Amino acid sequence: MGAAATFGPRISGVVRKLPTWPVYLAGMVPGGWLIWRALTNQLGMDPVKTLEHELGLLSLQFLLASLCVTPLLRFARINLLKFRKALGLLAFGYLVLHFLVWLFLDLQMRWSTIGAEIVKRPYLTIGFAAFVLLLPVAATSWQGAVKSMGALAWQRLHRLVYVAVLLGAVHFVMQEKVWSLESLLYLAAATLLVGMRFLWVRSW
Amino acid sequence: MFKPDLTRDDVTPESVWLNRRQIIAALGAGSIAGGLPLAANALEELEPHTWEQITTYNNFYEFGTSKSDPAENSQDMVTDPWTVKVDGLVDNPGEYSLADLIGDIPTEERIYRFRCVEAWSMVIPWNGFELNKLLNKVGVQDGAGYVAFETAVLPDVMEGVKFPILDWPYKEGLRLDEAMHPLTIMATGIYDKPIPNQNGAPMRLVVPWKYGFKSIKTIVRISLVAEQPVNTWQHSAANEYGFFANVNPEVDHPRWSQASERVIGAGLFGSRIDTLMFNGYADQVASLYEGMDLRKNF
Ligand code: HEM
Repeated sequence: MGAAATFGPRISGVVRKLPTWPVYLAGMVPGGWLIWRALTNQLGMDPVKTLEHELGLLSLQFLLASLCVTPLLRFARINLLKFRKALGLLAFGYLVLHFLVWLFLDLQMRWSTIGAEIVKRPYLTIGFAAFVLLLPVAATSWQGAVKSMGALAWQRLHRLVYVAVLLGAVHFVMQEKVWSLESLLYLAAATLLVGMRFLWVRSW
Repeated sequence: MFKPDLTRDDVTPESVWLNRRQIIAALGAGSIAGGLPLAANALEELEPHTWEQITTYNNFYEFGTSKSDPAENSQDMVTDPWTVKVDGLVDNPGEYSLADLIGDIPTEERIYRFRCVEAWSMVIPWNGFELNKLLNKVGVQDGAGYVAFETAVLPDVMEGVKFPILDWPYKEGLRLDEAMHPLTIMATGIYDKPIPNQNGAPMRLVVPWKYGFKSIKTIVRISLVAEQPVNTWQHSAANEYGFFANVNPEVDHPRWSQASERVIGAGLFGSRIDTLMFNGYADQVASLYEGMDLRKNF
């Protein structure tokens, strides 16, 4: 015992005094930087693809980060709960941008193809399903929602994130032309973080 | 005798496009310079991409899977001297130095559209020569129905071949009539400069009416064979990539539409254009596939 055992609680003590807005601000920096580079023509030869890919990746990274909050509390006693909502909303924000870039810059509003694409391409069907699952989660992320829904129902609804993050990671793996280590590592991370939850439930 | 119908002279500022269109209309889009009939739209849009665009946005998985990898990682490849093995059903098989193989075949400029199977495109001013000239030189024997090509495998300078992401060496093939077609060239240069490593130095194939992966780079072997060879991408995923790989807006890749394409360098907005049948070369090559089901033979 000693330093290690008190490390977690001590961090948590510091965190408790911090406001959450700096997390939102910091979380928007990579997106802002990306959009700045897009508008100033610094995204290379195929800026639309770069933008689309970077936004998808940011969304997945923030989703995974939000799923790290509970394990950190359980295993390291680091309490970052107050930042979880910020991480989730940032992930959702990047997802919306990812979707909008696909709609307006990649497909360039060829409306006739958009529906067909989502139906015909399994990787898009899966990504879109993840997006749809996250809509009610994002819609009930405000303070009052827990109260008006009841904590249990709210918690159940928010478990949709587990499904969504897995679908999102599978979508990432599937859109590659060849197996890519990077995408498989993300899928592994998602599986680990979600799988953990199922083990906990079973051991309750 | 086929004359290249697309030369530097065909690249004109926007202001004179209209003029040219009227001339073409007057000609009835018929034979220009005694060559093959030319689609009017083949002329209108052919403004070559810049040297930087052509040489920094590449697929060459031997040097890495991201588009910028080839330019960054291929500079240590030494392509002089270079040996090309010619074998199979040929009169003069052997290991040729590149200089001997090309011999006195003159190079000319060909400005072609380049359409990647990933649904992006560029226009590239190649320097090269018709493959049929090379094949006639080595002497194609009766019984040869196909030409098979292989890319070099150089583990010392190719980071990518250490991983089994594809079945190395990279292989491609053409039916003999496709290989003999005057649009099919071996390219050794771009913009009158030697072709850079990332674009397939010292010599690569260019088949402008097919998806880019057919245009195999950095060739070390040319074989005349009787049977249809299996190309690398077909081997990797036969349901997604076929042997013919003709650009066809009506036959989608299972994971994305081929009906349209993003033009590299066109910015954030308005970069998507309709894909043309046989990449705009239908008038010249459609007859090669008469009676074939292009949905089955994708
Ligand atoms: C939770 C949901 C989603 C996540 C986590 C996600 C994440 C990703 C990631 C990580 C990539 C690859 C980035 C890279 O290669 O660096 C990607 C690519 C892509 N995503 Fe998503 N995505 C999601 C939903 C969607 C939706 C709803 C759409 C549109 C309907 C979409 C369309 C695309 C497209 C078109 C690509 C690029 C494919 C290509 O270049 O061929 N994604 N996504």
